[in-house]
Amino acid sequence: MKLTDSEQAMLNGREGKAKQKAMELLVRYGEALNCERFVDTTNVAGVPGYFAPVLLDYYKATGDDAYDIIYSRFDLDSDEVVEVPRMMVNSCALQGGVDAEGWQTLGKTADALRMSQSSEAASAGRGIKILKTCTPYLAGNVPKHGEHCAWMESSAVVYCNSVLGARTNTEGRESTSSAMLTGKIPDWGFHRDENRFASHHIQVEIDVESMMDWGMLGYFTGATVQERIPVLTGRFSRPDLIRHKHFGAAAASSGGVEMYHLEGITPEADTLDKALGSRKPLEVLTYGKAEQRRTYDELNSKASDPNVDFVMLGCPHAALEQLQEIARLLEGKRISGNCNLWVFTSRAVKSEADALGYTKIIRAAGGALLTDTCSSIAQAIPPGTKVAALDSAKQTHYLPAIMGIQGWFGSTTDCIAAALTGRWNGVRP
Amino acid sequence: MSAIPHPTQMITLHGRKVVGGCAEGEALVTRDTISGWGGINPMTGTVIETRHELRGQSFKDKILVFPGAKGSSGWSVAFHTTRLTGTAPKALIFNEMTTKVALGAVVMRIPAITDLDQDPLQVIRTGDWVKVDGDRGVVEIYRGERPIGE
Repeated sequence: MKLTDSEQAMLNGREGKAKQKAMELLVRYGEALNCERFVDTTNVAGVPGYFAPVLLDYYKATGDDAYDIIYSRFDLDSDEVVEVPRMMVNSCALQGGVDAEGWQTLGKTADALRMSQSSEAASAGRGIKILKTCTPYLAGNVPKHGEHCAWMESSAVVYCNSVLGARTNTEGRESTSSAMLTGKIPDWGFHRDENRFASHHIQVEIDVESMMDWGMLGYFTGATVQERIPVLTGRFSRPDLIRHKHFGAAAASSGGVEMYHLEGITPEADTLDKALGSRKPLEVLTYGKAEQRRTYDELNSKASDPNVDFVMLGCPHAALEQLQEIARLLEGKRISGNCNLWVFTSRAVKSEADALGYTKIIRAAGGALLTDTCSSIAQAIPPGTKVAALDSAKQTHYLPAIMGIQGWFGSTTDCIAAALTGRWNGVRP
Repeated sequence: MSAIPHPTQMITLHGRKVVGGCAEGEALVTRDTISGWGGINPMTGTVIETRHELRGQSFKDKILVFPGAKGSSGWSVAFHTTRLTGTAPKALIFNEMTTKVALGAVVMRIPAITDLDQDPLQVIRTGDWVKVDGDRGVVEIYRGERPIGE
């Protein structure tokens, strides 16, 4: 890699040991990518120094220096433990495993909570914003058009590139923790104009309206184009933030979609030709009724028992409008005694929901509004859960595989109905 | 032991170094892309993704031959953890370069090669003995019988 003088100075250790180790990791990473230079990044989102139990055990990190040990050995992949200074650029922490209020509901131990709070305090002390969400763009971190970011969380990455027109690859824990200390990330992939054009054209031939419709379209898109960039044209109305969130999250789970274009809607797709960079698409695909039904059936292939004992909503973390809808559906009702309802959101959105009374309504109905994590990340479901109902294609992709349970996919209304009755009555489109 | 051993066929592929170093072992080949976080269990080194053709199979100490990485940005963390639990593959051979697989290969500290002159998914079969020289970008595939004394 070709380094600037200031990058070379960091690599030589003139800016301290931690920045040296961070640059070493970034150079190894850049070389693996066959990338020639770094780009300056001003917005980094990761999981810096997160105390996963497996790491605490492995590194025998039990004392006051646990954060430095985990950050050095795991985040920077350094064999030497270095003192981790204040971060150099705007940095935030994404979702983690323990909710400080709802940890008991999640079945976490007091010890796990202490660990989580201790790594959080160490991050905060180094200038990292503790957003604790997979939706930083709903919690105060909204990148500007064209801003070079280094973000983790595939659903946030696809939102950042596609909806906001900012630029990030899907970074990992080690690269984001290194970027927080140096403000550098390989100038590769989505940072460069030529890599942001669509290669696949998907013609949508049915009406795509609801959040569930967008989730299915996203799941189909990811499975079809894998990690390539699609441009979609056709019969869809302008999606709101929530629909973008569910479309992108689904496409990033069934495939590796990190950017998409919607003709006439997303910022780099004024026209089909512009989205394609004036090139012919490699493939033109159709999404019609048959494809939608196939996607629905695929998402529901992991369930057969109609007795639902767990409903999980808020993947990616629920926006305020979603909590409003959930509260409206639950108001004055009680969920079934055989069923649990967990709704996940960010701390920022929960405080708004608290103020608006949505939290109280969800709780009065027998549900829980939780933050910081989700069932897949925390690997937490109510004891004895056998069959879940989910309104997120992404969560349906992950949760049954991770927890060994059945999982139904449907609309938010289908899921709330399942919570109230304990029965799945989802409607196939 | 059979009187006449199977003739060993050796095929050589050339590609680009992702991570240097040398390793050899039995190939585990899949045509499905691999999810890291949520797609593998890093404590056991097995694929857990529903409907994945390797579901339930272990990649520990194997030469993992696959199209590329997909899914969560926790890819590198999941595979980095396999290094700590001793369940990592011995080397990676893959087609599609992404930030996920590049970072994962770096922190696993195992040889990795991409951009090969023939499609490794077509040439390499599960069970073949494979030698990987990451620095030179060379992959040697032995079919029929494991080479001795090299």
